[in-house]
Amino acid sequence: MTMKRGSVIGLAAASVVLAGGLALAAGEYGPGASDTEIKLGNTMPYSGPASAYGVIGKAETAYFDMINEQGGVNGRKINFISRDDGYSPPKTVEQVRKLVEEDQVLALFQTLGTPPNSAIRDYLNEHKVPQMFVATGAAKWNDPKHYPWTIGWQPSYQIEARIYARYILKELPNAKIALLYQNDDFGKDYLIGLREGLGAKADMMIVATKTYETTDPTVDSQIVALQGSGADVLVTAAIPKFAAQAIRKVYDIGWKPTHFLSNVAISVKQVMQPAGPEKGIGIISAGYIKEPTDPQWENTSEYKDWLAWMQKYNPSASTTDGNNVYGYTVSQTMVSVLKAAGNNLTRENLMKQAAGIHDEKLPMLLPGIVVSTSADDFAPIKQMQLEKWDGTTWRLFGEVISGAGS
Amino acid sequence: MHGLLQQIFSGLAAGAIYASLALALVMIYRATELVNFAQGEMAMFSTYIAWSLVNAGLPFWAAFLLTLIVSFLGGMAIERVIIRPVENAPVLAAVIVTIALVLIFNSLAGWIYTYTVQDFPSPFPDRPVLGALITTQELGVIGVTLLMLLLLFSFFRFTKTGLAMRAAAQNPESARLCGIPVGRMLAIGWGLAAAIGATAGIMVAPVLFLDPYMMAGVLLYAFAGALLGGISSPVGALVGGAIVGVTENLVGTYLIPTQLKLTVALALIILVLVFRPHGLFGTAIVQRV
Amino acid sequence: MSKGFTVTAADKLAASQYGGLSLDAWRWIGTLALIAVAAALPFAISSYHVFELTMVIIYTIAVLGLNILTGYNGQISLGHGGFFAVGAYTAAILMHDYGVPYWATLPPAALICFVLGVLFGLPALRFEGPYLALVTLAMAVATPQVLKYFDNWTGGQQGINLVKPSPPPLLGIDRDRWLYFVALAVLLLAIRVAANMLNGRTGRALVAIRDHPIAAAAMGIDNARYKTLAFGTSTLFTGVAGALSAFVVGFVAPESFTLFLSLSFLVGSAIGGIATISGAIIGGFFIEFVPNLANDISDAAPWALYGVAMLLFMYAMPRGVVGTLGPWLARSMRHFLHRPALGGSEEDCERRITP
Repeated sequence: MTMKRGSVIGLAAASVVLAGGLALAAGEYGPGASDTEIKLGNTMPYSGPASAYGVIGKAETAYFDMINEQGGVNGRKINFISRDDGYSPPKTVEQVRKLVEEDQVLALFQTLGTPPNSAIRDYLNEHKVPQMFVATGAAKWNDPKHYPWTIGWQPSYQIEARIYARYILKELPNAKIALLYQNDDFGKDYLIGLREGLGAKADMMIVATKTYETTDPTVDSQIVALQGSGADVLVTAAIPKFAAQAIRKVYDIGWKPTHFLSNVAISVKQVMQPAGPEKGIGIISAGYIKEPTDPQWENTSEYKDWLAWMQKYNPSASTTDGNNVYGYTVSQTMVSVLKAAGNNLTRENLMKQAAGIHDEKLPMLLPGIVVSTSADDFAPIKQMQLEKWDGTTWRLFGEVISGAGS
Repeated sequence: MHGLLQQIFSGLAAGAIYASLALALVMIYRATELVNFAQGEMAMFSTYIAWSLVNAGLPFWAAFLLTLIVSFLGGMAIERVIIRPVENAPVLAAVIVTIALVLIFNSLAGWIYTYTVQDFPSPFPDRPVLGALITTQELGVIGVTLLMLLLLFSFFRFTKTGLAMRAAAQNPESARLCGIPVGRMLAIGWGLAAAIGATAGIMVAPVLFLDPYMMAGVLLYAFAGALLGGISSPVGALVGGAIVGVTENLVGTYLIPTQLKLTVALALIILVLVFRPHGLFGTAIVQRV
Repeated sequence: MSKGFTVTAADKLAASQYGGLSLDAWRWIGTLALIAVAAALPFAISSYHVFELTMVIIYTIAVLGLNILTGYNGQISLGHGGFFAVGAYTAAILMHDYGVPYWATLPPAALICFVLGVLFGLPALRFEGPYLALVTLAMAVATPQVLKYFDNWTGGQQGINLVKPSPPPLLGIDRDRWLYFVALAVLLLAIRVAANMLNGRTGRALVAIRDHPIAAAAMGIDNARYKTLAFGTSTLFTGVAGALSAFVVGFVAPESFTLFLSLSFLVGSAIGGIATISGAIIGGFFIEFVPNLANDISDAAPWALYGVAMLLFMYAMPRGVVGTLGPWLARSMRHFLHRPALGGSEEDCERRITP
């Protein structure tokens, strides 16, 4: 009888679909993932001279708290285990081994600092553990051929310096350039990027470089010396405290170079105001993320959402600290990758999804800047936009520039 | 030539910063024969206290005065509670205790006030003078440091308490026999040093900007400067600080790349000390057998 | 028989019997038992914990070096992190640039650090107290700068990545456990060398110089020679520890060797007991585990907690754990296990130099 056969077939079909559906819902899991939980590991300098960056870890914890309260990712809560490494590579190795071998995390997320990440990269790639969206602006994380488990996130310092170099070549072709940089990998990357961007003219155009240590009380001496070199362009690759000192000293000695400032030091509250807002007029920087104390974003809905999140989930943190915008935004990338992985929460699939981000827009990125990756491209954010300080705000100008291409 | 003069003036301004903290180090050493590695962190913490008071609405000078008093009392309390138990222990125990204080103050400051850089108001206007060689701000720092030196020098030389303190430090048993309350002298010494440190921090914060690591680098140079001048000499602290500031600038600008500035500056200071192991103005410690 | 003061009271005591065995025999048994435990331990715990214990051993060797200087010679060094770095980079550069096998990097590291220590010790002779502290502090602070500057050799701020050594295939153990045993062997050798040196003439000379330099000189001890020797030996130990750390961690960079490392060694040394060998082991454990513990307890200000821990240890045991508990334990043992029937009074026993 047709009806009976049909119902048998229908029943059989239904069981197959049901069984298949159950299998899908059950999911494939790597270590640290289950029906209810996704474990992510992280190391941050919560102590030591780099502890100012520890707020990033706290912001990320706060962001995942919010996601968890809203139901988690595909019904699973994110268990974000963040440990202190004091920016000391041996400690980072120890903590990461603990995260991988004892806590059995699914992946590392936003491990911070170039030396710490250099120390753990071999280990993680050897053990096939994703080293995702590392919190450093070094250029070396974009190397999927040799290190397929390691991926960066922010535009590298070298990209930023190359952007300045190209601008100088175009607008100030006869410039004499002076560079003040922090004596570590962060600062040195600006020297490398500038030289690469200037190409053959590098030796001719860069007339003086001076370094400083984070233990130096001031950079006044260096600024005076750089002025003495006769340069008319100054590039300052410094963290907020020293950037503020540099801006103020440049003004006080009556030097008026075209001044480029590293993106890490554009905070209005921490740098421009302490230096003296009028002393920095005309300074150029390149940004990719919105600066929370910049008045032009104050009334936008994206800023208000961020502020609401800060007040509810991260109340002890400072709303004037751009690190909290950074932590918020990079966590959004992680969450979207986790979402895309669905129920296939293996380490391989996580990297696969991370390598397949298509022009993702995020609320606190500057307009026009997107996150995108591919199998050969492990530099998720490659674009920056030039901006100029006008005494009150960082006024964006020009086009969004892509720093892609080494 | 202008560049050289600028470097020298810049160095003197930095030297005044080092000297102001060095004075606090000298104070403690004269009172207790101990080097307080936590001097910088205590000064930083005092500055944060001043900062909170100013933020709460107090006028600058009121906040300054209140902070001085709080720091003085705090310094005395630290001596009584934290240093006293290891006074008769080996020197290393006291060193460890001061290192512990460094960690505690730094960690507390970071926790309470976060690591974000803060702005700090200055009592001095900030205008370049003398043809942009130096600013009124920096002159103010130098002025206050000189004033503190004068006060400290007079205290030790001309007051009874100062004399009693020197006695208590050099020979506690004899001092006790003379009726000097040694314990109280030590506490006062720490209190005064804390107050000096607070003054140094408050003056310096507008220039260096306030964050928990503000004094970390300064302490190293202040220590070098104090030793160069002679750890028991206030005048030495000033001269030592100035020399360190100027040398560091000149060495880093003309002699070697800035990447080795700290190393070479320290090497030079040590070289001087090899020829004068007790500093320029220090007195040799004569050991009686 | 008259019971005058005699330096050989120690021998008399050693000959006395406790429960059928002499004190020395008991010591041997205790030591062998500890070694047996240390050798069996890595097979009972996870690879990660083995790695942690290897770091403890490395720090113990470094602190032992510092103990020789600070404890036995009374010179406080704030700069041993610098010598640790020299040892580490020696090993790293030899392995990375010249293909030297890991075990062969230890002797050159030892030699270089010894020479450096002696060169350092010579001018250090002129300094005392805070002045010496400054000189050693300069070493600690200058080291990262110099490492960054000579980047053709040291890799600069990028550091040097090392391929971690493989265990000999015949033994059938994994890399973590093999490295643990390598470190353990070095530690045992170091303790042997240190004990021999410190319980003999050299040790007595060093203590004499520490406690009464003028009297020591009057007795004919060459202060300068012994002090310099102490410095060199001390940095030799710490340098070897550094070399070990290079291939155990697999990475060296200037950030690994900051002033904080030097201070940690000093803290470990003081907390364990500066004039002791066994105190170094406690110091090693303290440096490795207490920061982690502090972090687990308080998220907000863990280093304040670490500082408080340091304070409490110093108040309760100002001579360090072994320095304070050791004599107390020794006295209790003697009371508990019957006083020796032979000559030798309590006072004679106290005159021994405690190892």
